[in-house]
Amino acid sequence: MSTATDTAKPAEPAKKSGRPSFFALLVANRLAAFGLGLLVAIALAALLTPWLPLQPPDITNPANRLLRPLTEGHLLGTDQLGRDLLSRLMWGTRVSIAVGLSATLVAAVVGSAIGLVAGYTGGRTDNLMMRGIDMLMAFPYILLALAIVAVLGPGLMNALYAIAVVNIPFFARNIRGVTLSLAHREFVDAARLSGKGHLRILLTEVLPNVLPVIVITMSTTVGWMILETAGLSFLGLGAQPPLADLGSMLGEGRKLLFNAPHVSIIPGLMIFALVMSINLVGDGIRDVLDPRLKSGALSRPAAATAVKREDVPAMPETSSKAALDVRDLKTEFRVGSDVYKAVGGVSFQLRERECLGLVGESGSGKSVTAMSLLGLVPTPPGRISGGRVLYQGRDLLEASEADLRKLRGGAFAYVFQDPLSTLHPLFTVGDQVTEAIRAHQPLSYREAWKRAVALLEMVRIPNAAERAGSYPHELSGGMRQRVSIAMALANDAEILIADEPTTALDVTVQAQILKLMDALQDDKGAALLFITHDFGVVSEICDRVAVMYAGRIVETGPTDEVLNAPAHPYTRKLIDCVPVLGEPERRLDAIAGLPPAVNRLPQGCAFAERCPYAEAACREGEITLDDLGPGRAVRCIKPLHAETPEAAQ
Amino acid sequence: MSETILAVEGLTRIFGGGRTLLGKKKPQVHAVQGVDLSLREGETLGIVGESGCGKSTLARMLVGLDAPSNGTIRLKGEDVTALAKSSARSLARSIQYVFQDPVSSLNPRKTIRRILEAPMKHLLGMAPERRRERLAELMDAVSLRAEFLDRYPHEFSGGQAQRIGIARALAAEPEILVLDEPVSALDVSVQAQVLNLLDNLKSRFGLTYVFISHDLSVVESVSDRVAVMYFGRIVEEAAARELFARPCHPYTKLLFNSAPVPGKKGLAGEEGLAELPDPYNPPPGCAFAPRCPRAKDDCRETRPPLEAGEEGRRAACFHPLQDAVLERNA
Ligand SMILES: Nc1ncnc2c1ncn2[C@@H]1O[C@H](COP(=O)(O)OP(=O)(O)O)[C@@H](O)[C@H]1O
Ligand code: SF4
Ligand code: SF4
Ligand SMILES: [Mg+2]
Repeated sequence: MSTATDTAKPAEPAKKSGRPSFFALLVANRLAAFGLGLLVAIALAALLTPWLPLQPPDITNPANRLLRPLTEGHLLGTDQLGRDLLSRLMWGTRVSIAVGLSATLVAAVVGSAIGLVAGYTGGRTDNLMMRGIDMLMAFPYILLALAIVAVLGPGLMNALYAIAVVNIPFFARNIRGVTLSLAHREFVDAARLSGKGHLRILLTEVLPNVLPVIVITMSTTVGWMILETAGLSFLGLGAQPPLADLGSMLGEGRKLLFNAPHVSIIPGLMIFALVMSINLVGDGIRDVLDPRLKSGALSRPAAATAVKREDVPAMPETSSKAALDVRDLKTEFRVGSDVYKAVGGVSFQLRERECLGLVGESGSGKSVTAMSLLGLVPTPPGRISGGRVLYQGRDLLEASEADLRKLRGGAFAYVFQDPLSTLHPLFTVGDQVTEAIRAHQPLSYREAWKRAVALLEMVRIPNAAERAGSYPHELSGGMRQRVSIAMALANDAEILIADEPTTALDVTVQAQILKLMDALQDDKGAALLFITHDFGVVSEICDRVAVMYAGRIVETGPTDEVLNAPAHPYTRKLIDCVPVLGEPERRLDAIAGLPPAVNRLPQGCAFAERCPYAEAACREGEITLDDLGPGRAVRCIKPLHAETPEAAQ
Repeated sequence: MSETILAVEGLTRIFGGGRTLLGKKKPQVHAVQGVDLSLREGETLGIVGESGCGKSTLARMLVGLDAPSNGTIRLKGEDVTALAKSSARSLARSIQYVFQDPVSSLNPRKTIRRILEAPMKHLLGMAPERRRERLAELMDAVSLRAEFLDRYPHEFSGGQAQRIGIARALAAEPEILVLDEPVSALDVSVQAQVLNLLDNLKSRFGLTYVFISHDLSVVESVSDRVAVMYFGRIVEEAAARELFARPCHPYTKLLFNSAPVPGKKGLAGEEGLAELPDPYNPPPGCAFAPRCPRAKDDCRETRPPLEAGEEGRRAACFHPLQDAVLERNA
């Protein structure tokens, strides 16, 4: 009860998950590993060039000009001046890599500095800097580089500057975007309140978070920069003879393309190998540091959750009268080597016309239970690993994708916490309700539109006919939730599933939405599965309630009974720890510790760790959900007695 | 009565405004308008209101993270806005802030140790040995184990992260903590842990709290005095017990009626739609008039001033619910 004991044993922060290290991930990507191998080989050779037994690269020997590869003493042959090609290639590669890397570094440092300052400062400074960058970007890329070299004069260093300058905007824009989103994060404010000045915040708070983006940008541009430097040298604007880089070798060899193709093909192949290996590694680094950008990662998840049931309860002999009968449902997530048992055997019946509340803290598996019913859990990583979902005498876990699609938004309708996630931002709300109707009913657009307006009226949107033409962002949160409810009701759903539909709303709006849902449910005679963490909301709308903890139902019963005389210690404690309006003197009886992680559930009762009545028997074997009078059940070997609700003290 | 340590007068914050390049006026929003408040040493002042009513803007101005467009905040007689400019550090030593989202208020790339050391180093200039001692004290105060110091924020649950956020605020040894929805992002069981912790810390370190929340029951359970905000203004203020027992302002009453209570059914709520006025185009009289069941013509023409009543109560309403409680001195 006291704070000192609250966390005498705070749960271990998640340590060492099944997620592999950066390097392991990089090498696991086969292409990146290949690129890395090639790059390491080239880089090693380039590094060791001065110590390798090579012929001098710049000594001409007209007697030996244009020897073919594999000639005695000249492995790769010689060029038009009789210089050893292997030696020139190695020295040239060194120069190309050095110039490309330096250009990347210069562009990264200058570009990132501009991006950081612009993004952090915002306002006028940002405007000024970014307009400058826009101007740089308005010139065609290579033209700008040529213009810069033209002004500075040809030469390797000048080519380096030119390439760096034309790449600065690329860094500046990328980094500015990231910085902008970070600059308004609360930890920046926290740092200000910790006494840090702006420069210090930029360098010690923002920069470390931007660094991965800088690295990604560098690793994906360095290849291009090498290529561009080679391009300038090829045009004779970069490396000046006798010094050679890969580009200038290619340029010199071009004239002999038909007589002695090896002179240009060899440096060409080297450029290809170098740039390709760098880009493969760059892509690999990007995929590891920012998995969202990975190619193919945006592919759509499977249309329905994978069902791989290990245990399947027998089909009931007689079909039950319930609208929905869920038996021993199990859903898990496989992430790396961890298995998260988000739903670990949930059974409940949703009777016709009733409202069943599914209550629990976040992570207790309420949402996953609801999503599993119609296969809406994303696969991967989710999969249904057991149980049955019986609806009208058939098992929905065996239904085809087409059947599931027909049920979704038809006989079953969902309302979610955040209506913005279900409403499309680019269509008017009237359009969206109309589409919802037409997906399940053969109506013309005009007829459906009329019905849509009627539905919007039914959820008490004022001026429904006019408001139907609004876009979601033009409506307030409460209005949007009304639209979601209208969509859910579009096809006379038999079963409504509402997942925390009022959690994001203000109390006054919540009160209205609750009244609305209550009234509509009565009108329509639908069964309602109402998910929430708020016992006040439960009392308001639910006939029966099921309390979830760590993926299982721990207590069920009629709402009044459960609230007034909870039988499970967790339910009791959960009720006691919420402040109640009008009872400010009541001491909050906090539950010590945290719920267990669902990938490491303990033996026996999942609540034992936090339960004041736990004893040895609680930590062994399976604790079953036992009947406790009519319509009530509890998963506890020592349920609290209704007569002594204060036993908890 | 104890001394006033923070006095707010006519505080206003306007967002937007100014002109575009073409000289067109940009729209303005009055996020906070003419707020007067006083905070007494050792008390907990609750501020309650719905989302978008200006609670966070007010809080950010109190700690100097945002500058008022108008009005003054005085911390023991010193002007906070001037202080925030000239000597942000001395301000941060007196008044600290606890953020709503515990995870995003901690830099993901810093260990807890470095996060907690920053205020000791930059605000208090503590020597390394003293910092080490102080870190141990702080972790103990918020009931976290010392070995968590070398972990990163993502390894913590919301409740633990909020404890760290509180420890960061305490590290500066402030007198006042401004808590902006400190438990709203937490689960109910963890919320109770953090509320108890805050209670404990308050008596242990003699702190003064400004506690902001949209949750009436939480505010009631922690506050000595409560101010209700609507549309950027304070519409009612009273001792917590008084306010909840006998609300004067129709909006306060509506808030109470809308809050669902475990074990009871039949919310009163309100008829019609709970829509806030358009902030770009505020109504001329009382901002609550379009939703108010007691509104009369005078309400739509002039704005009711926030008037003092007995027992330090204040309310801004022409037709309050309990005239007896609110001495009209007009
Ligand atoms: N896409 C997912 N990948 C991995 N784990 C998930 C995913 N979705 C949910 N989980 C896990 O499943 C558990 C139950 O989550 P959820 O059903 O959302 O809880 P509730 O709705 O009760 O807050 C949590 O431990 C959560 O971390
Ligand atoms: S089974 Fe044991 S540990 Fe679990 S809730 Fe019941 S008494 Fe507590
Ligand atoms: S002033 Fe009028 S409209 Fe405003 S709250 Fe009072 S009675 Fe209602
Ligand atoms: Mg959920």
